[in-house]
Amino acid sequence: MLKYVSQRLFYTVLLLLLVSLSVYFIFDLLPVDPARLVCSKNCSPALLRDTRHKLGLDVSVIEQWLRFLQGLFIGRDYGVAAAAIHCPAPAFGYSFSRHECVSTVLSHAFPVTLSLAVLAFILWMTVGVSLGVLAARKKGSIFDRVSTVFVLIGTSLPTFLTGVLVVIFIILKFNLVDPLEIGNWSNPLTDPIGWLQTFIWPAATLAFAYAATYTRFTRSNVIETSSEDFIRTARAKGLSEKVILRKHTLRAALAPLVTLAGLDFAGLLGGAIITEKVFGLDGLGGISIEAVTSSYDLPIIVGTTIVASTFVVVANLIVDITYAFIDPRVRHA
Amino acid sequence: MSTFLEVKNLHVSFPTEDGAVLASNDVSYSVALGETLAIVGESGSGKSVANLAVMGLHNPQRTKISGSAILHLPEGPIDVLSAPNETVRRLRGKAMSMIFQDPMSALHPFYTIGDQIAEAWALYNEGSKADGIKRAVEMLDLVGIPDASKRVHEYPHQFSGGMRQRVMIAMALVNNPSLLIADEPTTALDVTVQSQILRLLADLQKEFNMAVILITHDLGVVAEVADRVSVMYSGRVVESAPIDEIFYNTTHPYTRGLLNSIPRVDNNGIGTRLKAIPGQPPSLISVPKGCAFEARCEFASHVSGGLCHAVNPDLVEKAPSHFGRCHLTGQQVIEIANQNNGVK
Ligand SMILES: Nc1ncnc2c1ncn2[C@@H]1O[C@H](COP(=O)(O)OP(=O)(O)OP(=O)(O)O)[C@@H](O)[C@H]1O
Ligand code: SF4
Ligand SMILES: [Mg+2]
Repeated sequence: MLKYVSQRLFYTVLLLLLVSLSVYFIFDLLPVDPARLVCSKNCSPALLRDTRHKLGLDVSVIEQWLRFLQGLFIGRDYGVAAAAIHCPAPAFGYSFSRHECVSTVLSHAFPVTLSLAVLAFILWMTVGVSLGVLAARKKGSIFDRVSTVFVLIGTSLPTFLTGVLVVIFIILKFNLVDPLEIGNWSNPLTDPIGWLQTFIWPAATLAFAYAATYTRFTRSNVIETSSEDFIRTARAKGLSEKVILRKHTLRAALAPLVTLAGLDFAGLLGGAIITEKVFGLDGLGGISIEAVTSSYDLPIIVGTTIVASTFVVVANLIVDITYAFIDPRVRHA
Repeated sequence: MSTFLEVKNLHVSFPTEDGAVLASNDVSYSVALGETLAIVGESGSGKSVANLAVMGLHNPQRTKISGSAILHLPEGPIDVLSAPNETVRRLRGKAMSMIFQDPMSALHPFYTIGDQIAEAWALYNEGSKADGIKRAVEMLDLVGIPDASKRVHEYPHQFSGGMRQRVMIAMALVNNPSLLIADEPTTALDVTVQSQILRLLADLQKEFNMAVILITHDLGVVAEVADRVSVMYSGRVVESAPIDEIFYNTTHPYTRGLLNSIPRVDNNGIGTRLKAIPGQPPSLISVPKGCAFEARCEFASHVSGGLCHAVNPDLVEKAPSHFGRCHLTGQQVIEIANQNNGVK
């Protein structure tokens, strides 16, 4: 087990290095010159060269990447001499359009994204798993059919549509939330009500699609597991249906959900671009989309991409280790 | 010997879109404590369906069951087919136990062997988890698993097929059931392991004076361990007799076909060719009104007036405690068989 974990850890680090390197190569290939954007209209060749140096773009991609790695560990100075700005470790870069270290931007955006992800996760897991289990237990009933419709709607409606519908009806039409308060950040520890007001609707929008998928997944897993031989064995022993469901069926049926849930949650930690955009939240998704579409803020894009992929890669590791604890066949393999 | 289980006129059918599948058609059999009843028949003849009905393991929403299955318990007889679900559940594992064909998938992959046996024990016994594990070790010892106190903490995938079937037997017997139904317990195992498991079952039966129902499609297996045999064909019992009667005094053409399809050792295999019965059993959805075996029966032409096609024969006593379902008498069947052999 220890060998397995350390091996996986090694590959995780390797993978992250590769991901960040590819991000640098991809952005090098893009037909956008960030230096030209930053130095704007009245740009002389000298000024452009100067800006390029300031942004650290006057060296090869590999070297840019190495400097980035170095900055992650020991921090980094941007600009020259007196005008230099110091970003402490972990320095992801400096956003010249926001005049802030990328790490500062990320540290403000992340709590927003985390709040959205956690709330959505709780909602969709509760709804998805319980609907799925109930539908499986009452297979073929009216309830099961209603849940099938829910699954169909949830999986086919895109988030931007449900999001806009939620905004129009719940927020603007029924005034359940003050339109001016949309997207306002409140600290969940000091102002839990305000936090909930900000996040409940975007989280519900996001959770809707996931809950539908999880309902379907749970339902089919429970049905499939119920016809396993070991469930018949449990029944032949004389166990009650309640115990069979709880200890035998769900244990086996929900184990694969750990993997799915871990990866989905990690994916959201990188930012829910559409939902954040629709609800005007300044999370990782919100700032990424802005950096891509309006300000061409490459350091921000690099930063959010790397943070998002780190979450996914690390989640993969955690999920695999967790699964090995759940399923002895994996543990002993 | 006192009869423990008495199945009478058991009908089991499964409603499907194409019509009801009548998988068990007026089936009766019984087994006494200390006795082994073998139920033999081709795949699909309804052996499992009948016994799953006795155990109450059919999905009640998708199965129609009628008839009776009386368990003669010390506290009085009870019909498990009409008793409430909860009552039958409390008989499972205690009064009656069952083991299944495929030991590879019959154990929960996420729990240790010990946990799974202890869980069965805890249903009918007071005691701590540790007591349950201790009992599990005893049971594993009993069924011949070496190093039981260590292996009790291992998971199913760490056991071989034969060892898993031993685990299943240990689990089924942990509460000293009076009836053990073994549904093709050795089919998935290789030949040497098969005979070990059968011997183990026979030993345990003596030790605990259990009633055992051994389901198999292999008459060779039956010869070693059974006291009586019921032969099933297409959802019906077609012959039922003590073991020697079946082997040396067969009254039914189908049983004869089954016997011809196993290698015999009594003449060193010389001169006997293995003969599978040609053809397929009829559909269980539109049950023929005549004898279900008619289409495949070499003897049908010896019955006059198309009787085999028109009328399904009753199960009648052909000789003392020897029942058969055929329009021919036992004597006629033997004579015709001898004639046929003579011609060849
Ligand atoms: N739940 C069910 N729904 C519909 N048909 C079923 C169901 N269970 C069993 N059957 C049918 O009933 C018939 C008898 O099945 P059963 O499992 O009792 O056969 P078997 O004698 O045990 O055969 P095998 O040796 O293959 O185990 C088969 O034709 C089978 O397809
Ligand atoms: S009743 Fe007729 S068809 Fe059926 S087994 Fe006897 S001889 Fe064959
Ligand atoms: Mg069967």
